[in-house]
Amino acid sequence: MKLSRRQTIGVLFGLLGAYLVGFVATSLETADKALKFEPPKLGDTSQLSLVFNPPVAVTAIGTIFVLAGIATFFERRWERLARGALLLAALCFIPLVIVLALALSEASSTNVVQLLVESLRLGTPIALGAMAGLWCERSGVVNIGIEGMMLTAAGTGFMTYAVLGDASGAPILWLSVGVAVLSGGLIASLHALLCVTFRVDQIISGVVINLLALGLTGFIRSEVIVPTGVAIGTPTPDIALPGLSQLPILGDQLFTAQPIFFAMFVIVAVTSVVLFRTSFGLRVRSVGENPHAAETLGIDVIRIRYRAVIIGGLVAGLGGAWFSLEAQAGFEANMTNGTGFIALAALIFGKWRPSTAFAGAMLFGFTRALQSRLQILKVSLGDFAIPSEFWQSLPYVVTIIVVAGAVGRATAPAADGVPYERSR
Amino acid sequence: MKVPDPKRVGRAASASWRSQPALVPVAAIVLALAVGAVVILLVGDNPLEAYAALLRGMFGSPDRIAASLARSTPFIGTALAVAFAFRAGLFNIGAEGQILVGATLAAWVGTFSYLHDVPGILLIPIVMLAGAVGGGLWGAIPGVLKATSGAHEVIVTIMLNSIAVLYVRWLVSSNDPVVLQDTTASVPHTVPISNNARLPELFDSQPPLHTGFLVMLALCVVVWFILKRTTFGFEVKTVGANAHAARYAGMGVNRTIIAVMALSGAFAGLAGAGEVSGTVGFLSPGVFVGIGFDAIAIALLARANPFGIILTSFLWGSMLSGAGLMQQETGLSIDAVRIIQALVLLFVAADVIVRTIFRLRVDTTGGAMDTTQITSGWGST
Repeated sequence: MKLSRRQTIGVLFGLLGAYLVGFVATSLETADKALKFEPPKLGDTSQLSLVFNPPVAVTAIGTIFVLAGIATFFERRWERLARGALLLAALCFIPLVIVLALALSEASSTNVVQLLVESLRLGTPIALGAMAGLWCERSGVVNIGIEGMMLTAAGTGFMTYAVLGDASGAPILWLSVGVAVLSGGLIASLHALLCVTFRVDQIISGVVINLLALGLTGFIRSEVIVPTGVAIGTPTPDIALPGLSQLPILGDQLFTAQPIFFAMFVIVAVTSVVLFRTSFGLRVRSVGENPHAAETLGIDVIRIRYRAVIIGGLVAGLGGAWFSLEAQAGFEANMTNGTGFIALAALIFGKWRPSTAFAGAMLFGFTRALQSRLQILKVSLGDFAIPSEFWQSLPYVVTIIVVAGAVGRATAPAADGVPYERSR
Repeated sequence: MKVPDPKRVGRAASASWRSQPALVPVAAIVLALAVGAVVILLVGDNPLEAYAALLRGMFGSPDRIAASLARSTPFIGTALAVAFAFRAGLFNIGAEGQILVGATLAAWVGTFSYLHDVPGILLIPIVMLAGAVGGGLWGAIPGVLKATSGAHEVIVTIMLNSIAVLYVRWLVSSNDPVVLQDTTASVPHTVPISNNARLPELFDSQPPLHTGFLVMLALCVVVWFILKRTTFGFEVKTVGANAHAARYAGMGVNRTIIAVMALSGAFAGLAGAGEVSGTVGFLSPGVFVGIGFDAIAIALLARANPFGIILTSFLWGSMLSGAGLMQQETGLSIDAVRIIQALVLLFVAADVIVRTIFRLRVDTTGGAMDTTQITSGWGST
């Protein structure tokens, strides 16, 4: 009997579940641990928290895995049930990792709301990168230069800040963010020029942009930024959203944050609406699926592709500004460190749709947040303290698993990567 | 299902190579230097002085030339890795991870105590083989994933690069437990390999020119032979030209993809073993950073031609080697050379710009502009 893709995944879940119930749960210490939902407050001990027993929790999750595995076997009869069960099992990975980490650590509690908010925050540049890629690829232009676009924007953004002087206050900061966004658009127009006008292979153009960004920002750093003497500045300030920031539990942790973080949500929503609910979005998508048909209907393929790629570049530019003006005010060589590629993976994971790409970005944000959290928790297996390099590699490993598991069924825009030649 | 575009780097490249011998790359270099000069002028330096210092750094003395050759040695192997994958329509961005894993395995095997007194004539091949196996295994992962699940090799190789960098850093610099680190050294690096495993030096430059360079030259011949004279090479090129036609003709497309990625990784791994054994005899974390993208640029400049790669690797390596002297003499950042290199690649890729400016004749065997199509989206095979 040949297993379908879903059944194969189901079997793996079933085996993992059995292992969890049979071996892991029995070998964990039984001391109670707690998940906290609020930051600790001085003189107030009434913290909202959830106390659990690690072996019980692991057994519960393991049972869900086993049941999901069984459900997939009968996917012919209960298709919706099988699909739902697999989704639930996949989502259970998040609590599983938190429970296991806490069980293997010396700490007795950890704040999960903070962890989730941190995931959103660290997922911000990934989500912006994914939206940038989405705009390009929906119009039929593959963009592996997101990394370079973000890096360039990060470099020029902080260069503006450093050259104009960090003492001058907020207007300079916003100007720097603006310069970062524009330089993202500028680099993207180079990508468009190469790919759309000169019909250069789109991956090669992306490589050129990444190489150029590395050289250019390194050059800017040593020739312009370092001589100004401004090594570190004041990043974008926290903004408390009126009303929402007064909410209990979430108000302080989620709705009081920095501007690019909030802008990211707006951009994801706007991307979603514009691409799928406006005539411009329809044109972009038609150009990405079948440019010749679009041209027949009077759509200017070249112009639409230019616009889409440049919009993508502007979004990537904001993502770059996050690195050098929001997460910190400063610029280091190659500070984007592969985020653009992870954004690309999030995009593929999200099957070229804004909402799911956003979800993918947040998954990677979660692995990044988890990585720093686990380093603090000092997780160890017996005497072997799990090295930080292992946690740092998690996002990459997850990316490979996700791409290998998900992309088989994902379909890119039909004309993605194909240079368009106007028919004569 | 997508049909990979048959117009890719390789085939028409050989035709244009003969009819327009390297004119486009040369013109591209001239143009890149001109644009680079503008950038240098913008920060208030003298481009002519900078380029003079760069040239002296590249070829100013026998010592400098040997250093340039030494610097280009690992580029040959990694660029061959990229070029070989190109021929099968695969885009291997993972040369960095593959060279690193290969170098690590070579550095580890070279320290085995029971191999310590094995004579060099046996031990050197063993260490080189270890490097090839390490790189080959690391390269096979994206091949297997592509063949079985359709995962795009670009994403997988990039991720594997980061993973390799992190794990090798741990292996080389972990103190508790000590894995490969030489605990007597002040800067973390692996335990030096046996002296018998060291490749002989050819020229005592800085870095030393070692026999690994000759190994790389031989590798170019091997790759050329595989592609030109073997059935496997024919399969590789057919899969690259049109995977559907290849499948229809009864070729094992998935098997070829895995074999190509594994071999591709092995070439990079061999280069890594050569560097460990030829230069210092141990592995430091952080070497080979960014070499994967350099390799792509070099392979593209050579249009995936194994012999062209020797020339373009030398160009790339000598520029990086000369950049040090340029920085010493003029204070200009080494990154200026990086910008010029990116521009060279840009102008070679968008050769219509170069052809327009220098009024070069368009190659009638199929415009080179169209031949650089190697990708066709993210779909599975």
